[in-house]
Amino acid sequence: MRYLTARKRAEGKGASGTGTEHHWYMTMSAVGLAFLVPVFVYIFGKTLGQGHEAVIETFSRPFPAILTALTVVVGMRHFAKGAQMMIEDYARGTSRKIGIIIAYSISYAVTAVALYALAKMTFIGFILGAMGA
Amino acid sequence: MADVKRVERPLSPHLQIYRPQLTSLTSILTRITGNALIVGVLLAVWWLLAAATSPEYFETANAVATSWFGDLVFTGSLWAVWYHYLAGLRHLYFDAGKGLEIETAEKLGLGVIVGSVVLTIITIILV
Repeated sequence: MRYLTARKRAEGKGASGTGTEHHWYMTMSAVGLAFLVPVFVYIFGKTLGQGHEAVIETFSRPFPAILTALTVVVGMRHFAKGAQMMIEDYARGTSRKIGIIIAYSISYAVTAVALYALAKMTFIGFILGAMGA
Repeated sequence: MADVKRVERPLSPHLQIYRPQLTSLTSILTRITGNALIVGVLLAVWWLLAAATSPEYFETANAVATSWFGDLVFTGSLWAVWYHYLAGLRHLYFDAGKGLEIETAEKLGLGVIVGSVVLTIITIILV
């Protein structure tokens, strides 16, 4: 016979198993994205449709590069946890676990690819600048 | 001490159980837009990767991104961003314990729908 108080038995048994941490992260990232996204949409929209060199020129500048990096990193964490919320609502057991793993994998992969692309464009921009192009 | 029983916890109530209302519809759309945005993100990040790789690869990705398909995805994503944006702000307002009366919530819902369309059109004109 184990002696457990009602409270002890209830702890950690909420829908998430992690208390309010998930919800609080969504709130924080939502506020961050509220500032980032409009600026990113403007920069991306202005750049889309331009030629290759103009695109590299834009994204090798500090402000567009850092802003895009921030938007992708925060946005993809927000996406992973948001997708997790949807999966937890509609799936259970193994399919729930697999679904969450896929959502997290996609978001980390997208983040890595975007950061690589931004770093490389900064480098190409630096070379082009050094050659006086 | 009472035995700890294993309970089969219910899943979220399914959509077809409830009569569709403006408040539920706007809530579901928040989820759909948020998750669907991954399509636009994938296309945008692929385009960035191509730009960082080579002029030939950029040519290919840029052709897709600026084709009718790209226009469709990015225009849809633009509306989804604004919808999710406004609905998210509404959620922050709800979280603060405000705007939860049915009449106010429905007004906010209508505001989110109209606002997202207006912001989309403004963005297309500006960008």
